[in-house]
Amino acid sequence: MPYFCIVPALSHQYAEPPVLVIRPDSARTLGLVGDLWAFRDLLWALADRDLRLRYRQTVLGVLWVVLQPLLGALIFTFVFGVVAGLPSDGVPYFQFTFASLAGWGLFAGIVTRASGSLVQNSGLIAKVWFPRAVIPASTIPAALLDGAVALVVLLAMRLASGAMPGPSLLLAPLWVLLLVLLAFGLGLIGASLMVRYRDVQHILPVAMQLLLYASPVAYAASTVPDRYREAYLLNPVATLLEGFRASLLGTPAPGPQPVLAALAWTGLALFVGVTLFRRLERRFADVI
Amino acid sequence: MAGIAVEARGLGKRYRLSREAPATTLPERLAQLVRAPFGGAPGEDLWALRDVGFSIPSGSAVGIIGRNGAGKSTLLKVLSRITPPTTGEVRLRGRVGSLLEVGTGFHPELSGRENIFLNGAILGMRKREIAARFDAIVAFAEVERFLDTPVKRYSSGMYVRLAFAVAAHLEPEILIVDEVLAVGDAEFQRKCLGKMGEVASGGRTVIFVSHSMPAVSALTQRVLLLDRGTCLFDGATAEGIARYRALQGGGEARPGAYEAPVGGPRANRVLAARVVTSDPGGVHRHGEPMQVEFTLDIPEPTGTLCFSCKFADAEDRNIVHLWCFDAEARFRREAGRYTLRFEVPRARLFQGRYTVRAYLSDRRTNAMFDELHGICPFEVTMDGTARDDYAWSAGDCTYLEGAAWVLAREGDVMAQRGTVAP
Repeated sequence: MPYFCIVPALSHQYAEPPVLVIRPDSARTLGLVGDLWAFRDLLWALADRDLRLRYRQTVLGVLWVVLQPLLGALIFTFVFGVVAGLPSDGVPYFQFTFASLAGWGLFAGIVTRASGSLVQNSGLIAKVWFPRAVIPASTIPAALLDGAVALVVLLAMRLASGAMPGPSLLLAPLWVLLLVLLAFGLGLIGASLMVRYRDVQHILPVAMQLLLYASPVAYAASTVPDRYREAYLLNPVATLLEGFRASLLGTPAPGPQPVLAALAWTGLALFVGVTLFRRLERRFADVI
Repeated sequence: MAGIAVEARGLGKRYRLSREAPATTLPERLAQLVRAPFGGAPGEDLWALRDVGFSIPSGSAVGIIGRNGAGKSTLLKVLSRITPPTTGEVRLRGRVGSLLEVGTGFHPELSGRENIFLNGAILGMRKREIAARFDAIVAFAEVERFLDTPVKRYSSGMYVRLAFAVAAHLEPEILIVDEVLAVGDAEFQRKCLGKMGEVASGGRTVIFVSHSMPAVSALTQRVLLLDRGTCLFDGATAEGIARYRALQGGGEARPGAYEAPVGGPRANRVLAARVVTSDPGGVHRHGEPMQVEFTLDIPEPTGTLCFSCKFADAEDRNIVHLWCFDAEARFRREAGRYTLRFEVPRARLFQGRYTVRAYLSDRRTNAMFDELHGICPFEVTMDGTARDDYAWSAGDCTYLEGAAWVLAREGDVMAQRGTVAP
């Protein structure tokens, strides 16, 4: 039996308010989507709060949204493009890393912020009820906004350098969606575990660093020797980033096999994340 | 079922206290799993609620009273879905709004306007509902001129008014309220009580937890008296309050000492308290030095954290107030476990029975982290305090002050002098 269920009112002539039943059982896994939809206003309010707070008391304010990836790409270009001389599938190296970092930032931003979000909002969890998944989900809009701004800058750069975006650009939203879903699944796992084990807080930055270098962010996957390329089947982020970049820059797209593997990984991450979260969410207030 | 707003049956909530400290890091947890792979270490069970049942018709206001650790807060948390019950079932008919703390989710950096929308959404209001009630909320809180000022610049009174105003305009069918009247000034408390009375008389249901018996009797006709997780009494407010007072007086609290119940989330709170009396068994000889010592757990320091305590007499009147609001106090900056000791060189309470109240709160936001009433019962005796003329008698006064007396007859140059020194 579900934890909260709305049972229809008894046969009354007039419309009766719905009855909420609270029981010890746990909630249905799939109810998560409905919960998020029902509490979408709260999701926006929390996302709005985080966005407003992020650039308060900064001199440059929203400019940071543009400056941060630009500076990051500049450093990568210098270290990996100029000093190490890594190839970039024939695209100007700066544009190449900028696109990679935009995709990576979207993914890593959601994983990191969603994982820490429950602990950060522990005051809310201890004192008010609402579907807990709203909190990690509220980190997605900010990450998407960052991504959108970076995309506009990138397209402007492309046009300025005389390259017209091809029809593959239409696939970009699909790659973004997959990156977001994968990140959200992992974020739910991280958030559920961090409520009880604060170790996650310390493991996460290291794990993300490792993943960054295990993914083709600073280099093109095509430069990896063929016999190692199979390893990318295990790293969905690599495939999704390749795809994301292919849709923006016209670089070679990943083949069907890695894409299927990435889809499977994304599905698995979401399934594990949602199941774990739903199993543990009712106890968050007792443990946090 | 028609006309019943809340129905609880066989409600129980168990916290499992493992004999070992609960694992809070992964290696510890793994070590525990290796040692006891099936179900973990055998631990003690603590039933914060056990077999609680009641039904509340819609349109009535019910108070929940009881001593510290009786299970009041746990019951509210179960009713408001923050924590699941271990056994039993609750049926709630209609939209539930719960207010367990004033200003949950308020952010100091955001303006009053932004906080109204944020807090409303947190309490479960849709954006258009908030927009529709925005003017009423602002008017109730009396903050028109400061709407675009960050709430960190608000006075604590304004802050609490705004926070309560948002919650008061939630208009749920069932309103669950915890000790929120403990904050704010008297006028504001009257206003809040009025608002809650309005809610109840408007056909909606109010469930109200409080240590303030005047507030409970003003607002409710019926109370549930909880004690050690069970429902001891369910009936008329006046009788419930009388039983509550009897419990407090003849309670089994250890004289002079208090220990927080185990379990619950880790938050800023009072872990233990102790009154160091001159004699054993919580008996204090009048005029001797007295110490009150509190063990505070402060995992989340705030810049305006403050602690205060009061001594209340047998009739629940506050007699003494002691506090530590110091800007430099370390517990405002560094997390940790602290002992805070108040040393009274000469305790001059009159003979009688006293209890301690403790408040751990944030001065600016008025967030009450922990609040205890009726703890550490102790007795002041004046046996052995010299007074030749006539005997001390109970209820003469509540406090004795040393003084000098000067007696002069009209026309005389010289006056007689002496001291009042109990």
